[in-house]
Amino acid sequence: MDWYQLWQIISAPDNVPIVGLLVIVPFYTWYGLRQARANDRLIQELEANPELAKTHHRKTFPYKPGWPTEVHVWPYLLRIEFLAAIIVTALLMVWSLTLDAPLEEPANPNLTPNPSKAPWYFVGLQEMLVYFDPWFAGVVLPTLIIIGLMAFPYVDENPLGNGYYTWRQRTVAIGAFLIGFYLWIALIIVGTLMRGPGWMLFWPGQTWDHTRLVYEVNRNLPDIFGITSDWGKGIFGFFAVLLFYLVSGFGIHKLVTRSPLNRKIYERTSLIQYLVFQFFAITILVGLPAKILLRLLFRIKYVWITPWFNI
Amino acid sequence: MEREKGNRGGVGVLERVREETQHLRVRLREELEELKQDLREPQRTQLWKSIFRVPHERTTPRNRAIAVLANVFLHLHPARINRDAVRYSYTWGMGGISFYLFIVLTFTGVLLMFYYHPTKVQAFRDILYLEHDVPFGRLLRNMHRWAAHLMVITVWLHMFRVVLTGSYKRPREFNWCVGVILLVLTLLLSFTGYLLPDDQLGFWAVTVGTNMARATPLIGHEGPFGPQLGMTPYNDVRFALLGGSIVDSNALLRAYIWHCIALPLLAAIFMGVHFWRVRKDGGISGPAPVMLESEMRPVRKV
Repeated sequence: MDWYQLWQIISAPDNVPIVGLLVIVPFYTWYGLRQARANDRLIQELEANPELAKTHHRKTFPYKPGWPTEVHVWPYLLRIEFLAAIIVTALLMVWSLTLDAPLEEPANPNLTPNPSKAPWYFVGLQEMLVYFDPWFAGVVLPTLIIIGLMAFPYVDENPLGNGYYTWRQRTVAIGAFLIGFYLWIALIIVGTLMRGPGWMLFWPGQTWDHTRLVYEVNRNLPDIFGITSDWGKGIFGFFAVLLFYLVSGFGIHKLVTRSPLNRKIYERTSLIQYLVFQFFAITILVGLPAKILLRLLFRIKYVWITPWFNI
Repeated sequence: MEREKGNRGGVGVLERVREETQHLRVRLREELEELKQDLREPQRTQLWKSIFRVPHERTTPRNRAIAVLANVFLHLHPARINRDAVRYSYTWGMGGISFYLFIVLTFTGVLLMFYYHPTKVQAFRDILYLEHDVPFGRLLRNMHRWAAHLMVITVWLHMFRVVLTGSYKRPREFNWCVGVILLVLTLLLSFTGYLLPDDQLGFWAVTVGTNMARATPLIGHEGPFGPQLGMTPYNDVRFALLGGSIVDSNALLRAYIWHCIALPLLAAIFMGVHFWRVRKDGGISGPAPVMLESEMRPVRKV
């Protein structure tokens, strides 16, 4: 266990936010889902008791009839904002006094650091370069993520859970987002903590060996099936990808229509909405992990090979 | 006439001077008294009233509302909000903190600009100068850097909270899209700033980042269908980003202009829309009363 090197990585000033993420993201996930559970219990109670549902104020917060429903922004909100600003400023001050922003040697195009890494929030994309070609990992994938995020509210036809924490009423939407969010953060952490010289995989605490060689020959999926002609590879790849989309689409369909509530939501969803959801779910939430597993477990580099692009 | 005036003159002038001085002394005393009064209660003065149009000395409900509505910095808020909407547990305060960090970054960024030349000769030396000679220069740079990192995290958490509370749902779908654009702008702002110190860290991070642009489909010279469309290292999208085929002085200048002018302006515009839409879409989304499955209305067929 190379504690010294591990310490060097996690204490690199620019990596501090990542170490922060390791704590902050699970904390806020817990914080949000805890409130979701409380609301879910209330919902269950009200569903079972329609009489109570008519009179209940429908929040988990304390309430008495006659309490004013609104408060003045001045001072009840502004004091919180003011306090938040002071706390953030104090935090930044302490952080800035104790930790210096990194500054390395002057830029030198003739001296490539190994490994050379992107800024931490893009390390996830750089990590994707292991599994996909740059045109996909660096350009198409980020574009798809942005478009997918923007499409999110337009494909989510669930009218429940608008403005309160809940898990049971929105398992599909929240589940999908959680998978994507945690995948993104996991890739950042792998890219930062587990990638050494030559972007080779080193476990956290394993000494980076600059002379290490990996005798690993990557194969392409068509090779395994003994397909050699260009046409054959192209057609085989197309059908392999098509099959993947059909199988995962079917799997996702089974998952999102399992519970009666989810079936109800599915019935409200139009075909276009559903296909858009399926496309992004298959490509980003299933496709990425699938390709990662293919590469790591079976050393498969490409599935679909054409003269113009490879996937 | 002339004689009369002259006649009164001899004795009259002195008397009049005495009268006038007496008068002036009284007036001066009165005005000083008034000035003292004004200093004690500046709200009464014309100067004060010209700046603060609406008097709100006493904490009546009306005055509390006016305090928010008549102030340009506070008028983004409504006068009153739902009693539960001020709970930290609901909003996590991440949107507001992101905006505050943007302000901190603008402030420290403007100060940094006073000490920085976006040229290959000067840039790195300016950072050394900033770190070692400028009073509080190191603190300034540190605060700018850490606030930027923190803002990336708070923007992510803001998005996370909005998903968990379903706040992107009708009628807030469009504002969610504006938010996604703001997320992208935040990342781009951070990324363009990375190159500016012109050190190894920034240079190689930006080299790695912009090399991906080579592979852009159709408009990159190594991307699918790029070469077929006549893309070379000297006319593709990477060339446009860097102002050249390598990360050099033009790239530094472009990063600087994107970082200090173009992207902050764009972000400010989108932020304006974002905040305006929060109000127009009915304020923050909750905490709303829970809705029951049995209350789902049947699908509207359009």
